[in-house]
Order: sequence, then C-alpha cells, then structure tokens
Amino acid sequence: MEPKIGVYICHCGSNIAGIVDVAKVAEYARSLPNVAVARDYKYMCSDPGQNLIKEDIKTLGLNRVVVASCSPRMHEPTFRRACQDAGLNQYLFEMANIREHCSWVHVDHEKATEKAKALVSAAVRRVYYQEPLESKEVAVNPCTLVIGGGVAGIQAALEIANSGHKVYLLEKEASIGGHMAMFDKTFPTLDCAACILTPKMTSVGQNGNIELLAYSELVEISGYIGNFKAKIKKKSRYIDAVKCTGCGRCSELCPTSLPNEFDCGLGKRKAIYIPSPYAVPNKAVIDGKNCRHLKGLAQGKDICRLCQTGIEKKGLPGCEAGAIDFEQKDETVEIEIGNIIVATGFQQFEPTKIYQFGYGRYDNVFTGLEFERLTNASGPTDGKVVLKDGSSPRSVAILHCIGSRDTNYHKYCSRVCCMYSLKFAHLLREKLPEAKVYQLYIDMRCAGSGYEEFYERLQEEGVNFVRGKAAEITNIAEKPEETGKLIVMVEDTLVRRKRRLPVDMVIMSCALEPRADTEQMARILSLSRKADGFFLEKHPKLDPVATTTDGIYIVGCCQSPKDIPDTVAQASAAAARVLAIISKGTVEIEAAIASIDEEHCAGCKICIDMCPYKAISFDEEKKVSRINEALCKGCGTCVAACPSGAIKGRHFTTEEIMAEIEGVLA
Amino acid sequence: MKQYSYYPGCALSAEGFGRAFDWSTKAVNKLLDIEFKEIKDWNCCGSVPYDTLHELASFCICARNLALAEKMGGDVVAPCSSCYVFLSRTNTYLKQYPVLKSQVDEALAAGGLEYHGNVKVRKVLDVYVNDVGYDAIAAKVKKSLSGLKVACYYGCQEVRPIFGHDHPEYPKYMDKLVNALGAESVPFPMKSRCCGGSLIISEEAASLDLIKKLLDSAISNGADCMVTGCPLCQLNVDAYQTMVNSKYKTNYHLPVLFFTQLMGVAFGFEEKDLGLKTSIVPAEKVLAKYI
Repeated sequence: MEPKIGVYICHCGSNIAGIVDVAKVAEYARSLPNVAVARDYKYMCSDPGQNLIKEDIKTLGLNRVVVASCSPRMHEPTFRRACQDAGLNQYLFEMANIREHCSWVHVDHEKATEKAKALVSAAVRRVYYQEPLESKEVAVNPCTLVIGGGVAGIQAALEIANSGHKVYLLEKEASIGGHMAMFDKTFPTLDCAACILTPKMTSVGQNGNIELLAYSELVEISGYIGNFKAKIKKKSRYIDAVKCTGCGRCSELCPTSLPNEFDCGLGKRKAIYIPSPYAVPNKAVIDGKNCRHLKGLAQGKDICRLCQTGIEKKGLPGCEAGAIDFEQKDETVEIEIGNIIVATGFQQFEPTKIYQFGYGRYDNVFTGLEFERLTNASGPTDGKVVLKDGSSPRSVAILHCIGSRDTNYHKYCSRVCCMYSLKFAHLLREKLPEAKVYQLYIDMRCAGSGYEEFYERLQEEGVNFVRGKAAEITNIAEKPEETGKLIVMVEDTLVRRKRRLPVDMVIMSCALEPRADTEQMARILSLSRKADGFFLEKHPKLDPVATTTDGIYIVGCCQSPKDIPDTVAQASAAAARVLAIISKGTVEIEAAIASIDEEHCAGCKICIDMCPYKAISFDEEKKVSRINEALCKGCGTCVAACPSGAIKGRHFTTEEIMAEIEGVLA
Repeated sequence: MKQYSYYPGCALSAEGFGRAFDWSTKAVNKLLDIEFKEIKDWNCCGSVPYDTLHELASFCICARNLALAEKMGGDVVAPCSSCYVFLSRTNTYLKQYPVLKSQVDEALAAGGLEYHGNVKVRKVLDVYVNDVGYDAIAAKVKKSLSGLKVACYYGCQEVRPIFGHDHPEYPKYMDKLVNALGAESVPFPMKSRCCGGSLIISEEAASLDLIKKLLDSAISNGADCMVTGCPLCQLNVDAYQTMVNSKYKTNYHLPVLFFTQLMGVAFGFEEKDLGLKTSIVPAEKVLAKYI
C-alpha cells in the first residue's frame, strides 16, 4: 500500500511558534511527496491535538504519521499511543524535534524556520520506509534482589516483602544496618538513629518473605528484566548460623583484640565477634584473617580454639551451642529474580589525602563518622565526647566541605554535611555546655523539611558560625593561649580577616563519595556511572530511580549523596516500580532491536564482544550469532560492526537512515 | 654519560651565595656519570622583582636562556628554585599563549635567536631521583649516614605550582633520597613552607618569623641538620639563625646543607670538594662521624 502521510506541526504555545513560522512549515510539508495532510496546532500533546491525528487516520486513511514538536524523550510514547488507538502500528509514527533542536537554541526566525522544514522533511522521508513491528511480552519472575542492607535496602526490601513477594536481601557485611546504624542522632528531629532503624532491621530478620544473605557478595548477573539470574558468594563466617544463639560468650573468651570497624577503629572487638549490639542477624562471625586458630591451621598447627573449648581452670565453658565450625567454606549460590534494586550506599572521603588538615597526624582530628561513634551511647566511650587522652574538649571546631565542593577532590556538594554538622554542634552544646563550638562553613545549605528551622535553633544555642573554609590545622603555637592546642587557620570572610582558632578537637565533615567497588558493581550490573562516579539514573528529573538497564533500579547514596528521608522515599519508589511490574506479570520487550540474518552471518563473533548489554550469544551448532530479544536495547553497535552486513537494526534500517539524511539535506 | 644543559643562575655562579651547591653537585655528578654543561652567556632569570615590573621583558629574558639551552639539546637543569619556577613558567606560558609567544619570538629574533619549546626545565633533585634512581644512588654510598636525622626542606617554589612532583603539600622524594644515603628523614610538617625568600630584605620581621617556625619545627622533630635544594632557603635559614636567636631569645644551631653536600659526604668526598665550610652554622660536629 502506497504510504499516506499526515504531518502535524506543534506550536508548543510560544515555545516553538515564537521562533519558527509553524504555518510556513506546515505549508512546506504539504508540498512533500506522499503527504496527504499537514496541519499546525497549538498543543499537539493535548487531547484535542491527539484527536486530530486519530480523526485523520480514520477519515483520510493515513498510514504514516509525523509530529514535529518536542524531544521524543518527552512525548514519543504519547503519540505512539494515539496512533495505536486509531489502529495504526506505533512504529509507523515518526517525530521531528523542532523545539530542543531548533526553536530553543536559535534566535533567527527565518533560519530557524528553514531548519524546522529540513527536520520535517527528514522525518517525512524516513517514515516512508518505516515498517510495522510487534512487541513481545515475557513473564516476570516475582522475586526481587536487593543489593545492600543499609536503610535504603532495608526499606525497599520491607516494602516488597510486605506485599507478599519474595525478596533476597544481599549484604556484604556480617550485619545489615549500613551507615545509619552507626549514627547517633538524626537531624533535624534528633531522634536516635538506632531507635528508628533497629525496628526495621528486626522486621527484616523476622519477615518470612525476606531471605537475608548477609556476609555475601554479588559475583555475576545474567538475564534481563523479569528473568535475571544472580550468582552470589556466601563468605564463610566459620559459624553455624542456625546453631548460634548470639550469646556473645565466644567473644569474651577470644584472646585476640582488634580495631572495631563498627566504631571506626576507635574501639576494640575480638577475632570472633558480633558486629554490633543490634546486629541482624544476631550471629557471631570469625575474622578469618586474624583468628589465631585459623592462622595456625594455615601453618599446620592446632592452636587456641578458646571460643570452642572454653577455659576450664576459670570455669568458663566454650560455645555450648556447638556453633563454631572452623571447617566452613565459602559457598556460591544461584538465585532467579525478576528485578534488582541496587542500594550499595557510599563511603566516607578519606581525609588523610589532604595533608594540611593533619588527619592521622594529630590525635584529636576526627572524621564525622568517628564523631558519630564517639557521641553514640553504644560507642567506644559510651557516648562521652572525649579527647584521645580521656579529657573533655573545651573547644571544638567543625570543618565543613572536606573533600566536597573542592576541585582537587569532589566538585559536588555532599548535601548532608551542613545538617549533620549542625547536629554535631547541638550534641556538643548539650553534652559539654562549657565548650566553645565553631562551625567553619562556605555557606549553609539547609534545604529540607524543618532544616532551616534547625539552623536557626543552633544559632540561638550559642554556636560560633565562621564563614570561611578552613585552610590548615597546625599545632605550632604562636601565642601562649595556643600552646597544646590545634590551631585552625581560616579566612573569616564576614569580618574579612585571617583568624587562628585554637581548639582541643576538630571534626571534619567529610564528603560522601562513591564506594571503592562502584566500578566493579557497575561492570557486573551493566550500569553506567556519572562524571562524579555515582551510578547514572535513567533521567535525572523524571526517572531518578530506574537505570538504563530495564529491571535494575538504584536507590540511596549509590545514586548521589542524600539524607535519610530522601533515601527512604527513593527506596519506596523503587519498591513501587518493582511491584508494578510484578503485579502486571509480564513485560513488553522493545521491538526496535537488532535482528540477524543467519544466511549472511559468517560467525566471526565480532558483534558478541561489541554488545554492551551482553545480548548476543553464539549458536555453536549453526555457527551463527543469536540476539536475545529481551536483552537487546537496539543501540545499533552490532549493526555497524558486522563486517558482512548480516545484522539489521529494526526501525533503524540503512534505507531509513539514508532517507532521513537525504531529507535534512534536501 | 648523560648530559644536560646547566643554568647555574646567580646563586650558583662563582661568587654566588650558593656556590657550594654548584661544587657539591659537580662532585656528585662525576660519580653518577652525569654531566651538566653550562649554557654559554646565560643571563639573569629575572626572579622576584622583574616580572612584577616588566612582565613581558621578564618572559623574554627567560626565553633567551631557554633558546640557548635548546641549541645545546637535552633538558636544562636549573638548581635554584626561583630560576626553576621562572624558566618553567615561561616555558609553559609560551606553549599556552600564542600572542605572548609571538611577542617573545620578536624579541628573540632581534638577538638572532629562536625558541621552539623543546626544552624541559628540571631540578637537580628531579634528575637524581627520576633519571638516576634511588637504588643507583644507594649503590654509590661509601659511608652510610646511619644515625643522622635530617629534616628535608623543599621550600615553597619547587613544589608549587605542581610540575609533576609527588605532593605539593607534603612531598617525599627528597626524604627517600636521604633514606637511600642511610640517614633518617624526620617528620617535618613545614617542609614545603616559605622561608621568606627575598622578603628578608624588605620585610625582615615577617621573614624572621617564618625562619623561626621552620627551625622550631625541624628541631622539635629531632633533626640534627636540615637539607634543601634551594639556595635562597639555605641562605635564609642558615645565615639568619643568629638574628632569630637574638630576636626570639632562642638558641638554635641547626646546620643547613644542600642535599648534594650530604650525598657528597655519603659518597666519600672531602669537605673542600663539597664546600661544607661556606655555610654559617658549622656542620662539622654533626657530620664528624661520617667525614
């Protein structure tokens, strides 16, 4: 059937019509071959606009439609649906972008109109060659994998599990809880982090729909939305988790004392230990690298084992549950899931890199996370804020933007530091009313519900706000009152003077940065990363939860630094997206993908390595490449790479692209 | 034998206050199989006052030195930190700013010279550390300096702006060299701070304050002596110790040496080859064990 094309030029109010002479463009379109009708209209995306298309398809018998308006990222689905509703296959629709690519970027009316004509001409010529395509549907596995057991992962897992669907919650550490479990209070409400998080952690442990894979790591992902397979390594805890009661007796017996990671190394733990007072699962774990028995075994010696045997002389029995298993090995399991939520979180910027702040050289320079532990009732000092020598500080400086907003390290703002710095100041004023507290800030960023109010409250609490980024911390005193102090040098930009602030303690509000294993995770999950290293979302505004890989979602600080409320909201949003897919039961597979003409495929396998989505496999029997239609994104890399021209990009065929180019140049 | 063109600058010339740096460098070079060939008819680098008064002229006189060095081939070694910064800056700017380049080219042409940007400006320390290497240096040590505690003073100019050294705030490459000689390098937080430079002439009080802090930091960290690769740093910290002592009622006696002098001692050279007696605070006592 000879193509009969309808062309619709959108005014987009004055967005397009203010620069482009839309009537002229419509008139020009009418002169193009096979164009049956061309109209211009105020808002094509509105209901009357869409009805215009539908009516014309029915009354004029159009079999091709072109809309010249905004970016296809905005409204391609809208117009495709309109065509579909009127009985026209959606792939017989084409869009010309005369807004972002034309009216918004040009000022010369005449030239912009000419360019709009060229873009319309390209779309009209292209649509001539377009063919109807049919999308396929595949069934969805209702199980979900959540990677990361911080507050983001916990929230997402609970939301999905509570709807009655199975969730695998994967956590690298021996307990879930993430960074939030280490915090003391939370801003701006000052409720205790543990009090609001532990109920959620316990729910995870008790929820029959959640299978907790703690102390485990993701090894491999294969498959596609609705049908992923994950390979997971369960690291050996050397403890039979079923038998262990979490009584903690083993730790009391263990003679090996080590820095406690949960306390940022400020406190001690044993080589056999329960990760935190509110660990979920509440099971012991043996640090294989430092356990005397395991180290001895490696050298063929059978030593220690006090946790197992106890100390008879003192009447201390060993593990009565018989849970200790030095023979335990790492184990790899495979699970099948339909969707994946990535909630891998962040790591704190390492301030030793900035030599002039002396972190690691001076005893009483702490990171934010260290201070959280120091002020936490379950921390190494039972919540007493003390210096390394045990005395209370009489003056404390809190330094903002360490590693953030700094071209040498991270350009971005870490968003939470102003607020947690204020929280620190409040806790200090509360615990040490005599102490002087300084905030050294570039500018205060307190956007959020109740945040500005909290800032005002702190100003009234007698905290000294110094507008200036700290330059250096030194212990070289110039005046008697500086002796034995840490002197923070800063340019106070409000009084326009260099100042030296002698203090006992410095807290560095360090940046939140992508975890060191982000690159590895990105590779396993086929995710992209932004310039700042965090995972890339599908759209920064309209789809900050999804990724370019369908069925994989990102939540929390692995996407960008954010506070707890935002993290929880995003986690719930991801859960809702996953549940929507599960409840629908099937997913539609994009039809505009690559297809291989097996007759022409030479079996060179070049396409297999080129494919960024691992969508191409090799059929060893027929010696040809095969495209997995569910995995293919239609990027066209293989089409361009195939030396024998055996791969066709559906909806992006050579003749379609050539016609488009000719149209632009016509 | 590896060859470099050599730009001694005023400090390392025959009558310069840093001549001991020149002598000891040449002594050490022999053992390391390196030759520094002095640029014929070199001129002042224009350091400190000149570029603030006549910027273009300052670039032109530096470019003349670079053009002469280019004719000789190879990298140019400028031992003095000021010379190094001025020559490096000119070199970088001539690549970055075509207008400046054409103005400088015109000036050079008047003297029958041209410069194509093929010269790399280096420091002695850079050549030793990167071209010779720590292991090769350690292999030449005759008398290990074990037991000697050294504060490595880099000064502000050599590391700032960064010309590819390890760290602008806390460099370690001189410390590693000193360790290769068998000595211990002490922690020295002030290692890349200013000595006051030529401000000692116009702003004496400010400079003395800086020198005092350097001495205090080095000594409180247990240093027996300080070594540096900058003649101006050496001069200030060495020659003004008496003034610091009388102003601040202190009693500093910290020998300040060039790192090449220390290398020379470890390599077994005699005191006169290294010009150990040219410094004000005597180093004999500290080095007695090793000479």
